[in-house]
Amino acid sequence: MKIGIIVFPGSNCDKDVHHVLRNVLHVDADFVWHKQDNLQGYDAIVLPGGFAYGDRLRAGVIAAFSPIMKEVRRLAGEGMPILGVCNGFQILVESGLLPGALMKNNSLKFVCRWTNITVESNRTPFTHTLKPKQQIRIPVANQEGRYYADPKTIETLENNNQIVFKYHDDDPNGSISAIAGISNEQGNVVGMMPHPERASESVLSPFGSDDAMLIFESLLDYLDEQR
Amino acid sequence: MEKYLVSVIIENKPYINDPEGETILKDLIAKGGYNTVKAVRTAKMLNITIEARDRKDAEDSVKKLCDELRIYNPVVSNCRVESVNVAEARN
Repeated sequence: MKIGIIVFPGSNCDKDVHHVLRNVLHVDADFVWHKQDNLQGYDAIVLPGGFAYGDRLRAGVIAAFSPIMKEVRRLAGEGMPILGVCNGFQILVESGLLPGALMKNNSLKFVCRWTNITVESNRTPFTHTLKPKQQIRIPVANQEGRYYADPKTIETLENNNQIVFKYHDDDPNGSISAIAGISNEQGNVVGMMPHPERASESVLSPFGSDDAMLIFESLLDYLDEQR
Repeated sequence: MEKYLVSVIIENKPYINDPEGETILKDLIAKGGYNTVKAVRTAKMLNITIEARDRKDAEDSVKKLCDELRIYNPVVSNCRVESVNVAEARN
């Protein structure tokens, strides 16, 4: 089992994802530079957080045109589990792999703090071992995390069970319907604004929790079942 | 072929709220006493120099690249172009 972590110029959460996978969960994980045009040999892909291309023009838009994204799109169509975290979510949206848009936070501030999210759909590889409405303590750190989509798209997301995470009793950025993470129609591509790689070890949490590890464990469980 | 300067103006769609514009209005302009100013909407502008046969060609080419390369996000923004012929503008 091997997981590929795509690295764009300006990605800065790649090492944290690598650490959780390799050192905490003991899974094989590689860094994949964005100029590579093939992803052979990987069972799942993570697009990590950071500031790809310095968020120039719009967060994630330039990275969406990187050579590697052609391959990511192809694999997404074949059902490979793909997780976009924060900037990774922005890149998936700009690539057209996920609907809607991520805009500047309502407060106009860079919001960096712990929050709670609830699991709204266990129809994805990343949540399939989790219970509906299960709460996860997890931090956000972004300035452009406000999710927006037109009412028709929101209705479609709700009907298809594509809303994966919602902020619970909190509104860090003004996201419509408190959306913190969504999936594509098939359910294999998930984008989320909060950082699971920062909430997978109790030593890093002011609450001593490692809730978000469940997201990675769910993925491993899913991949095991696929074999 | 002549050089044209095409300005691309990217503005959020009218029903998308614009907290930056609202802050500028409330916390700067209104507080500064300019009570005849009723609304502020922010926009982003790119000035693109392009070689083209004529103004229409210049504007069409730029509009095409804006659509193809997602220079603006069609989910939340509108995009319009304005152009000048560089040589004419200098005179």
